[in-house]
Amino acid sequence: MNTNCSNLTEKYFRVNRLPHIWCPGCGHGTLMNTVVRAIDKLGLNKDEVVLVSGIGCSSRAPGYLDFNTLHTTHGRALAFATGIKLANPKLHVIVIMGDGDSSAIGGNHLIHAARRNIDITTIVFNNNIYGMTGGQYSPTTPYGDFATTAPFGNIDKPFDLCSLAQGAGATYVGRATAYHAPMMQKLIENGLKNKGFSFIEGLSLCPTYYGRKNKKGNAVKMHTFFKDNCVDVKVLEKNPEKAENKILLGEFYNNPKPEYTESYQVIIDKFQNK
Amino acid sequence: MATDKRLLQNKDWCKGCGVCVGFCPKQVLKIVNEKCVIANPEACIFCGQCELRCPDNAIYIGGNEDEQ
Repeated sequence: MNTNCSNLTEKYFRVNRLPHIWCPGCGHGTLMNTVVRAIDKLGLNKDEVVLVSGIGCSSRAPGYLDFNTLHTTHGRALAFATGIKLANPKLHVIVIMGDGDSSAIGGNHLIHAARRNIDITTIVFNNNIYGMTGGQYSPTTPYGDFATTAPFGNIDKPFDLCSLAQGAGATYVGRATAYHAPMMQKLIENGLKNKGFSFIEGLSLCPTYYGRKNKKGNAVKMHTFFKDNCVDVKVLEKNPEKAENKILLGEFYNNPKPEYTESYQVIIDKFQNK
Repeated sequence: MATDKRLLQNKDWCKGCGVCVGFCPKQVLKIVNEKCVIANPEACIFCGQCELRCPDNAIYIGGNEDEQ
């Protein structure tokens, strides 16, 4: 096929589905590319990779990517992914969800998948808002920020998704942003290598709704905000004062524990007298 | 080979968000009529910032013989 795109795009994308429907400047496209680069770097067989998503802007991503893909019901991506992983534990199962999809509609699925430590790599594209439905506030909209359903400012406190996942039992947890794309790629690679539940939060940007409602400027300004207001979690060791009022990025937790499908297989083997 | 590198575009996919223009260290790119154009290709140092940040896969560094 003679498509006008990079070799990486041609190899991993359903190019006939492009351009995607995301708004100009949306961070999701950049984050989707970090997922592709991470898979390419690890050299995974395309036929052994499954991408599962729920509903929302972020959940459009698997539709554009040429792997085994499943676009499921709102918030239930992890439930479907758990079924896929248990049916065929050899597959690399990746779930792409949004902030609302993962922590509101699918919040219970998230904490229980993390608790089980099933070998699924969960990537959350967090744009702080429900973009697809018109800019309603989500569980990660910061306190005081505006949304179409919070015209006087949001009075709910936001979830720290990484702390939530770690508290629930995820064995690999990290966060990067659309601006910090190389770090995001590295975290996804490590998450894919981790035999257990990996949770990677990618801070995305929504210039159309969140950005406009909160006067954050255009996509370049929102990227620059991440550049100026995020620090690697490693600074806490030597210069904790540098982390004041900053968003922490990097690898927060990496502590492998017994994996769910392996523990399940042990029981099956026991009754088959292996 | 470095000499074969070329900055290429798929204008049909470009939405003119300007992220590539904002992060190009050499002012190679410009937005004209809501699309990115490679206005100053001689200045390009092939750092890959535009390709890394473009949300639409619309700009990339190519150079293989089969790429236009």
